[in-house]
Amino acid sequence: MFSRAYKTVVTLPPLLWVTVFLLLPYLLMFCYSFWSVSPQQVIVHSWNLENYKDLLRKAVYWQTLLRSMWIAARVMLFSLLLGYPLAYFLSFYGGKRKDLLYQMVIIPLWVSYLVRAYAWKTILGSDGVLNTLLQYVHLTKHPLDFLLYSPFAVVLTLTHIYTPFTILPIYAALEHIPRNLVEASHDLGATPAQTFWKVIFPLSIPGVVAGATFAFVLSLGDFLAPLLLGGPSGIMISNIVVSLFGAAYNWPLGAAISLGMLVIVVSLLFLSERLEKKWSFS
Amino acid sequence: MEFLVSGNADHTPHSGWLLLHAAAVFAFLYLPIAVLILYSFNGQGVGGFPPHHLTFDWYRILFNDGPIWDSVLNSLQVAFAAMAISLMLGIPAALALDRAQFPGKALFRRLVLLPLILPGIITGLSLSMLFHVISLRLSLMTIILGHGTALISVATTEVFAGLQKLDRAQEEASLDLGANYWQTFWRVTMPNLKLSIIGAALLIFTLSMDEIAVSFFLIGRDNTLPLEIWGRLRRGITPEINAVSTIIFVFSLVTIVVWYRLRMRAEGTADTRGPN
Amino acid sequence: MPSLDALSNADATDKSANPTLLSIRNVAKNFGRNPVLRDVSLEIAEGEFLTILGESGSGKTTLLRIIAGFETASSGELWMGTERLDHKPPYRRRVNTVFQNYALFPHLTVEENVGYGLRVAKRPSAEIAQQVAEALDKVKMTAHAKKKPSKISGGQQQRVALARALVNRPRLLLLDEPLSALDANLRRQMQVELKSLQREVGIAFVFVTHDQEEAMVMSDRIALLRSGELEQVATPREIYNRPATAYVAQFIGHTNLLKGEVEGGVVRCTSLAWPVSLPDGPVLFSLRPEHIRLASADSARSSDDETVRVRGRVLHQAFHGATELIRVECGNGLTLVVRTASGRGASNGAHQEVELEFSAADAVLVRESPERN
Repeated sequence: MFSRAYKTVVTLPPLLWVTVFLLLPYLLMFCYSFWSVSPQQVIVHSWNLENYKDLLRKAVYWQTLLRSMWIAARVMLFSLLLGYPLAYFLSFYGGKRKDLLYQMVIIPLWVSYLVRAYAWKTILGSDGVLNTLLQYVHLTKHPLDFLLYSPFAVVLTLTHIYTPFTILPIYAALEHIPRNLVEASHDLGATPAQTFWKVIFPLSIPGVVAGATFAFVLSLGDFLAPLLLGGPSGIMISNIVVSLFGAAYNWPLGAAISLGMLVIVVSLLFLSERLEKKWSFS
Repeated sequence: MEFLVSGNADHTPHSGWLLLHAAAVFAFLYLPIAVLILYSFNGQGVGGFPPHHLTFDWYRILFNDGPIWDSVLNSLQVAFAAMAISLMLGIPAALALDRAQFPGKALFRRLVLLPLILPGIITGLSLSMLFHVISLRLSLMTIILGHGTALISVATTEVFAGLQKLDRAQEEASLDLGANYWQTFWRVTMPNLKLSIIGAALLIFTLSMDEIAVSFFLIGRDNTLPLEIWGRLRRGITPEINAVSTIIFVFSLVTIVVWYRLRMRAEGTADTRGPN
Repeated sequence: MPSLDALSNADATDKSANPTLLSIRNVAKNFGRNPVLRDVSLEIAEGEFLTILGESGSGKTTLLRIIAGFETASSGELWMGTERLDHKPPYRRRVNTVFQNYALFPHLTVEENVGYGLRVAKRPSAEIAQQVAEALDKVKMTAHAKKKPSKISGGQQQRVALARALVNRPRLLLLDEPLSALDANLRRQMQVELKSLQREVGIAFVFVTHDQEEAMVMSDRIALLRSGELEQVATPREIYNRPATAYVAQFIGHTNLLKGEVEGGVVRCTSLAWPVSLPDGPVLFSLRPEHIRLASADSARSSDDETVRVRGRVLHQAFHGATELIRVECGNGLTLVVRTASGRGASNGAHQEVELEFSAADAVLVRESPERN
């Protein structure tokens, strides 16, 4: 139905732009990762694998990476634990207020990330809301240290940021489930609990996978929360990259780490796509 | 007892716990926002809880703060420009994905959608490398290019979804009645996509105003608002930040409500399709 | 495959004399302020094929859902035997449903779908396997056992839905317009299969439809529902030959409704008149088109007590294959619809003058059907 001219006009501009501003940069990053930097802070275009070897050899790099993945995993887990029941509540118990409640989930997303992270700083500080409250009700005598400038603070903040992002796809998946399937399950003798595990949950898995992937991937690459709240023990892999492009000036190494992250992320995306396909039945 | 299915849930044992959980999660989500707003009126700055005397001082200081307003202006410029770029490229991209077949289409689709889920640092860094190589100085322009590129995915996703809802027969009717592709696009396709485009525009605008990860690596001399705030946060906490954040929050809230009303009204009058 | 005619003739037996399986007592249902069901009482007998027939909005699906347990009645009771049914959730009733869109679980195979109820009841797996195999065999879906619902056709899905319900040996099977999504030929075929299946398993079927022909063909009894109340509950023959109200008469088949006034033992309806033994007052008669004959030129011209005659002019003739429906204008605003076998009678089209006659006995007295909102 659409002429070749139409299709060309429609395809070419975005294709060109994406090639120049997305594909090309990744290729550049790829190239950089194989170069190195001289002591005079000049980037030397000699091709070698030193950067990658460094990544594997130097503990600080792969340890930080593992810690980042562990933080990301926890964020993913908590986001799911918090988000799934809420999405379920919205979808099955929301009734007439479903739309309003959905908007209420989205609203926090419109408050700047930075600002929310900063607010947590206020809450978790030794002088902050939480500590003051705990001491007030005599649960603690002194301010709790670990609340701020720790992995705990990073996990907490990132969970706060990404829980809405896990709720949205799970809610969408749950909404997609025809209600007559729930009725059919009851009709055939299954209690509401059995119905959930045998029918509702399996059919919501694509949403769960999407939300989990989102939370994990974005947490993994986050550098702002660790900078604000992580303290020395909460440094994540992106912080290392940032410093390599800043004060520590080693673009090639930074590029290597970034490329590594890119590979991890893209692999996870492929994996999650396969999982989603496997569990989608329409 | 009405069960799950009739839409007005009774208070079965499950729903009690679920309600509690839901309330707790909402509290968790809104706690920082509440704290924020509260502290923006706190006379003592940020220390101590509860805040002791409430004042508008921080808002006054904010209004006199030149650099902040400069950065707001910058952010606005960037947001509008990014919006334009993303839409001008995202709409054709959605059309291409919906209607055209070409080699590398799968790769194209993934590339376009990648920045949506990729940590901003990777997008930001790779672009800064590009600009370095072509010796393009970092400035608002580079930020615009960065935002525009990253947010094409938002435009594409929204418009693509809108295209699925579009009745292909309408465009066929238009061609049948003698309009060419260009006319059909403007007279039939675009009006039907109005809702998606506005939604995408609003979303792109908001995301751009709040964007920090990509901007971090593309910043030149002029700051955007988030980067300005970031700079101050690094140096020390000032409650002015609470004030400006509260304003941003209220502004976003108003935008959502307006968008919501628009959508409800548009969907109410959109029933000109056939018996479906 | 037994023919449709053979089945319906042999089988439209009134089984209402069988012991009562389900007793619906004064059930009413309001959605907000909208009364969807008003005071419905019905007894469903063991082993019978009962159809709840009605237009959309009549409340028939709501009634079915109340029996299944997906809705709660606003008032009234459901009893099965000595047990009160309406207090039980759907998963504790010995009732199973075949849904209108089948509601097969997309993530399970055909055989997993069929075995669902048995697995939930934690029956031993050997028993489940055997029952499922039998059920699939009964609906002729054995070859598709390992497929997912998205890979089989609508008609096949419907059989699976049937097997899935029946394998649990419910005391009552509910079918919510299960054939409405099928095309005409498949539909007729399924009507026959369903009927013979019901006879075979001996379980009471409650079948909901808006298609009156379907209801007539399949049912032992028909319960006609209008605006939330039962108009008539009877066998197909009885409901056709002796409709209780004007609505029934018009809903089921074609009819002529004759409004008249009785005075002194004679009813007058425009230019028609015949003797009746009824008290004075307004009356309404239902006269089926097939009971009106085109008078032959040399039949006796006098109107006697048995036969009513009237002249008219043909307005329109509609060819329906075996029969024709002829619309005749008889003066004084009276229009009669006549059904004759094709090929005879006024085959020369409109404006032809004809003489019609019918036996007074064929005019059935019916009640008015008041407006309900």
